[in-house]
Amino acid sequence: MDELVIYRRLVGARIRADLQYRASFFLFLISQTLVAGLDIAVIIVIFTQVDTLAGWSVAEVALLYAMAGIGFGVADLFVSEVELASRHIKAGTFDLFLLRPAGTLVQLCAMEFAPRRFGRTIQPVIVLVIALRAVDITWTPTKVALVPLTVMSGAVIFGSIWVITSSIAFWTVDTQEIANSFTYGGYTLAAYPIDVFGTWLKRFVMFVVPVAFTSYLPVAYMLGKPVAFGLPSSLALLSPAVAAALALVARAVWRCAVRHYRSTGS
Amino acid sequence: MSEKRETIVELVDVGKTFTVAVRKGWLRRERRPVHAVDGVTLSIEPGSMVGYIGPNGAGKSTTIKMLTGILVPSSGTIRVAGLDPSRDRVTLARRLGVLFGQRTQLWWDLPLEDSFSLLHHVYRVPDDRFKENLGTFRELLALDELLPVPVRQLSLGQRMRGELAAVLLHDPAILFLDEPTIGLDPVSKEAVRSFLVELNATRRTTVMLTTHDLVDVERLCERLVIIDHGRVIEDSTVAAIKHRYGTVRTLIVDLEQPSEPLCIEGACVVRVDGPRQWLQFRRDDLTAAALLERVAAQAPVRDLSVEEPAIEDIVRAIYRGEAV
Repeated sequence: MDELVIYRRLVGARIRADLQYRASFFLFLISQTLVAGLDIAVIIVIFTQVDTLAGWSVAEVALLYAMAGIGFGVADLFVSEVELASRHIKAGTFDLFLLRPAGTLVQLCAMEFAPRRFGRTIQPVIVLVIALRAVDITWTPTKVALVPLTVMSGAVIFGSIWVITSSIAFWTVDTQEIANSFTYGGYTLAAYPIDVFGTWLKRFVMFVVPVAFTSYLPVAYMLGKPVAFGLPSSLALLSPAVAAALALVARAVWRCAVRHYRSTGS
Repeated sequence: MSEKRETIVELVDVGKTFTVAVRKGWLRRERRPVHAVDGVTLSIEPGSMVGYIGPNGAGKSTTIKMLTGILVPSSGTIRVAGLDPSRDRVTLARRLGVLFGQRTQLWWDLPLEDSFSLLHHVYRVPDDRFKENLGTFRELLALDELLPVPVRQLSLGQRMRGELAAVLLHDPAILFLDEPTIGLDPVSKEAVRSFLVELNATRRTTVMLTTHDLVDVERLCERLVIIDHGRVIEDSTVAAIKHRYGTVRTLIVDLEQPSEPLCIEGACVVRVDGPRQWLQFRRDDLTAAALLERVAAQAPVRDLSVEEPAIEDIVRAIYRGEAV
């Protein structure tokens, strides 16, 4: 609870500080919204050439994209700040987090909070509303519950990937590219029906970096589609559990990284 | 039951070893251990002010980082306010005030008062305590005009006053200051020093400070710990160190008439400027009165003064390993 109060205060301070530079704040907000728009543009371009993608219609892929996009956008808004750990380590300012009576991850994410990232979620939300009207789903209570649960699980899964990959910075600096290939790369993969990928990539997104749980599996369940490797489609219901497990892994990795920092000071 | 002396900071044989990778040609790197702190044993009593000094790279900052829980020691044990800093970092943080002179902990783009109210919540300071402390520091550090100003617009001296208030709002029992006067003008330096004296007198806050400005030490600290190459090479009161190492004094005389450098047993002339001559002599060999008698026997003296060795010169000599 205390951490939540501290988080809220620090985020509030960050927003007030950002509003000192109002013009750049709104320019960033607009650019972030537009950048997110490019992703759906790519999908639309693909569908001008084909009618279905591995048996998925344009509305179905749009739904897939929207669910992954919102989860990713939420993680981007609240957790992607962790990328800046490397900058704080290099500048020596990470020490300040260790001097205060609060968790380092909470402080880092709050201090670097960037409200302009909110722009990323606007566009997938619009797509979600349109796609839900266009697709043909026989709604059950489980499927209805799965919509918010998937978005939340997706946010936790993407957030955990962000934390895990950013932790590398504690061992070697300048690893942003590697980290980004997992976060942004993972998100790009999550926005497509994974059936179009090769076997190895399919295994990768199902079992290694489980981005399939952020959208593909739940949406396949809702639409009643067969799932890769012939697995039961009810696997989708495990999304929250997968998210929770990954969050625990992320917390352990972060702690290990901070412990390493405190023993080496680099 | 014999009473054990109370300590608030205790280091027993503390070491910190870093591994540094040295590039040896293409791709080949050699890893070499560097002992930043090498067996430091030290204890500090509550309410005291201790100067922790040493040349650059001696291990001062590494020690402070271990005491505050930023770094985990490689060997030895540390207790600060009864806690193990590496294990109880968060609990200890509430009892510590830490100020790095070269780094700010204030919110750069926000008014100074916003930083204070944020720290109020981060440290969960009770409201009445916060109000009382803020009131005290506003007065002592003349903060009234600075409170609504964004921190980035403050001068270094003004900011340092803000930083001092910021680290003290939660009533820390111990204050670690890493070069608190670095870069400040003489007036600001003096403001910081007199504030610290006042703080120590009224609240009995324990202060440990590292500095390169020995005026800080003379003005603030009774005790001086000197480290070099990660080891304590001197730990004593400032007065004792002066007494022990400062054996060479200087008698400055103004003669009636300019003259050749005087030739006196037990002293040697180190400088001549018109009628003024500087004579160095060892405290153990000669008293100032005896020397003056010998000088007066050779030439009439109009005025005189005796110069004690400056702590700066003594410390410089200790760093160089010259003082014995």
